[in-house]
Amino acid sequence: MMKPMREVGIVGYGAYIPCYRISAAEISRVWKMGEDTLHLDEKAVPGMDEDTTTIAIEAARNALRKAQLDAEKLGAIWVGSESKPYSVKPTATIVAQAVGATPHTSAADWEFACKAGTEAMQAAFGYVGSGMADYAMAIGADTAQGRPGDQLEYTAGAGGAAFIIGPGEESMAYLEGSHSYVSDTPDFFRRPSQQYPTHGSRFTGEPAYFTHSFMAVRCLMDELGYGPEDYDKVVFHQPNSKFPVRLAKRLGFVREQFDDGLLVSFIGNAYAASSPLGLAAILDKADVGERILLASFGSGAGSDAFSFVTTDLITTGRNPLPTVSQYVNRRQEIDYARYTRHRGKLSMS
Amino acid sequence: MSLAKHWRLQDQRYKLIGGQCEACGVRLFPQRQVCPQCKSQQVRPYEFGGEGRVYSYTVVYDAPAGYEAFIPYVAALVRLDEGPMITAQLTDVDLNDVQIGMPVEMVTRRLRQYGEEGLIVYGYKFRKPLPDQPA
Amino acid sequence: MGRVYVIGSGQTPVGEHWDRSARDLAVASILDAMQGAGIPEADAIYVGNALGGELTGQEHVAALIADFAGLDGIEALRVEAAGASGGAAVRMGYLAVTSGLKDIVIVTGVEKMSDLAGPAVEEALVTAADEEYEAIHGLSLVALNALLMRRYMYEHGLERRDFAHFPVNAHRNASNNEHAMFRRPITVDQYENARLVADPIGLLDPAPAADGAATIILCSEKVAGTKPDSAVEIIASAVATDAIALHDRQNPLFLQGTYESARRAYAQAGIGPDDIGVYEPHDAFSIMAALSLEACGFASEGQGVRLAMDGEITLEGRIPICTMGGLKGRGYPVGASGVYQIVELVQQLRGDAGANQVDSRLGMAQSMGGSGATTVTHILKSLH
Repeated sequence: MMKPMREVGIVGYGAYIPCYRISAAEISRVWKMGEDTLHLDEKAVPGMDEDTTTIAIEAARNALRKAQLDAEKLGAIWVGSESKPYSVKPTATIVAQAVGATPHTSAADWEFACKAGTEAMQAAFGYVGSGMADYAMAIGADTAQGRPGDQLEYTAGAGGAAFIIGPGEESMAYLEGSHSYVSDTPDFFRRPSQQYPTHGSRFTGEPAYFTHSFMAVRCLMDELGYGPEDYDKVVFHQPNSKFPVRLAKRLGFVREQFDDGLLVSFIGNAYAASSPLGLAAILDKADVGERILLASFGSGAGSDAFSFVTTDLITTGRNPLPTVSQYVNRRQEIDYARYTRHRGKLSMS
Repeated sequence: MSLAKHWRLQDQRYKLIGGQCEACGVRLFPQRQVCPQCKSQQVRPYEFGGEGRVYSYTVVYDAPAGYEAFIPYVAALVRLDEGPMITAQLTDVDLNDVQIGMPVEMVTRRLRQYGEEGLIVYGYKFRKPLPDQPA
Repeated sequence: MGRVYVIGSGQTPVGEHWDRSARDLAVASILDAMQGAGIPEADAIYVGNALGGELTGQEHVAALIADFAGLDGIEALRVEAAGASGGAAVRMGYLAVTSGLKDIVIVTGVEKMSDLAGPAVEEALVTAADEEYEAIHGLSLVALNALLMRRYMYEHGLERRDFAHFPVNAHRNASNNEHAMFRRPITVDQYENARLVADPIGLLDPAPAADGAATIILCSEKVAGTKPDSAVEIIASAVATDAIALHDRQNPLFLQGTYESARRAYAQAGIGPDDIGVYEPHDAFSIMAALSLEACGFASEGQGVRLAMDGEITLEGRIPICTMGGLKGRGYPVGASGVYQIVELVQQLRGDAGANQVDSRLGMAQSMGGSGATTVTHILKSLH
């Protein structure tokens, strides 16, 4: 189990989800004559003027407001994404400039498919825990792309969540410990020249998602000496509506524990923001003294599992800020034609 | 595409940093060396809150070069709560649902890019404010 | 200060001259004007040209045109003030003559716009606005004027179709102007049904981009005395500016710079708006025509459109405007338009306006840049 020598936790968090939605039924209408919606309702689609950077900026601003923290105090801003607007040029410096954290800060982009955001969180816990900085911000943000007509097109969503890690005594939720579990498992990947990723279909299931998520959680819980009944809320990576539910049940969790964090039916798979947004949704509604489990999954492959306990700051520190559910409920439905414009699937040259 | 020009304008574009005249108190966007009201040269930086109301708007169907991919889009004059007027696009709006007088708040979005290989320019746009109370 | 007269003019038709460059057009109008005035040489030439660099890759056009017009070694300078470039060139010529330094000055306005297509032209035109705070947001000049038109409609309770009377008047007059780009009238219904460009501005509202060149010959009193029949006096010349960006203006619906320019011109001429018999405004958009009428005192604030609805801007009305088509009907080669206005006023004041003749001794022309950021006003008087 991983735990810094200094008590650390989440001192603030923020979310962002674009307002546009396309229904699974509409995608299916175009590709499958209305058959097979993969049990999703709809997914979030970024606006034409949105990208990972703009999503990360709004999530970061929300997090700073919630933490009531001066951005200049951040020692790091790290953005995890697999849809960086620049392949070379960090999203993190744009976010840092926009929120006023520059120049005396560390900044970089992280990649580990859908767990890039929690990867940044792990590092932030270590950064703050070591005393190198009092505060560090970890952001998971993505505007995912799915090949037209492919299964992934139904789920590839968009969103962002930012977490400010700081001293345990200032936290809304402190860290009990974490565990990362990785291996070289090529279940889903993208080569540099390709616009869309390649995935291994059923290979993404048991050998990838389930093995790594299950093992990270199992090891963490064993190290902490907890059983499933010790957790009030749990959230997992949500590539579709079935995997996280099956995983939860396999680990012994029940619906009341994972429902608050399950967003995939409404916004699709937000990739590096998927489980982080689920965590933010849980924190929006959590009471004092609740134990929360977060386990992400990133293809390639690996899982980061974290155990948190909320403090009284989770209610007293709750500003009237946009909640995850407000962003979920802010929606404008679009059709497939408009969706292709938004996602740059039309070749303009 | 001027890298330096866009870089110079980041504070205005990302954070709505304009100016406030120390002599007469008027607030300006963008900042100027000479106060337009009292002609004093004591103008200091001032960061605006980003809230305002729509003074006028238009839906653009024929775009200048570089903006064709976005049509139709809404451009507006917004009166910031602190006083000055600012020109910007409205975003996340239904074209039929814009009114003069409607309250708006600043967000940071892509203004444009210079082709597939050039700089991406980020800056301010305005949208209907998100509600403050949890849903 | 000495008196200044116009003793000759020349113009190319306004249109899409695929086979002629800016240089060709300018030289043709210069030779036309010089020949018509019987003037073999001049002391200076000022060339109004707004977008030579942006649209044709050619700056420094005055020296180029002087050379190709056979005006070897002449003092030649280009003047730029966006849409007011032509008027500004007239202003420079006026200053040169009234100062006593020059006796004969050629003023030419030229613009070549058809070498590029739609979005590229819009991009070039918006260099007249604030690049860093207006253009970067995807605003075209049409969109900026649409913002004004919508606000005006909101404040004064008007509909889109109420503005139709400006283009309808312009096209009616243009149909009798053999140099105009458009020769057929339009109706209010056609105006209202034309597709939107930037709501509420539809396709039949903006003055069209075009190619053209116009030239006038200015001279001192001494030279004018040798051509008494053709001289028309410029009795006022005034320039004023306003904030470029609409958002920087005290009241975006009041053209402060245009008001000031007109006020200075009236003061110089010792007259008021009631004395003006013909007015050539910068009608790049109907909202600009309406706001110009108000700024110059022809209509009170908020009544500019109503004046047009009441028919007062037609040839038969109280204040005829765009008597040879204006920017809308004649066409709008940007930097040339200010000189075309003077050419047409001279036609009016000499009694050469044919079917569009207005009986008047005093005419006023206003050339504007960037929706009123620069306004150049000239008042001309016939000698008869």
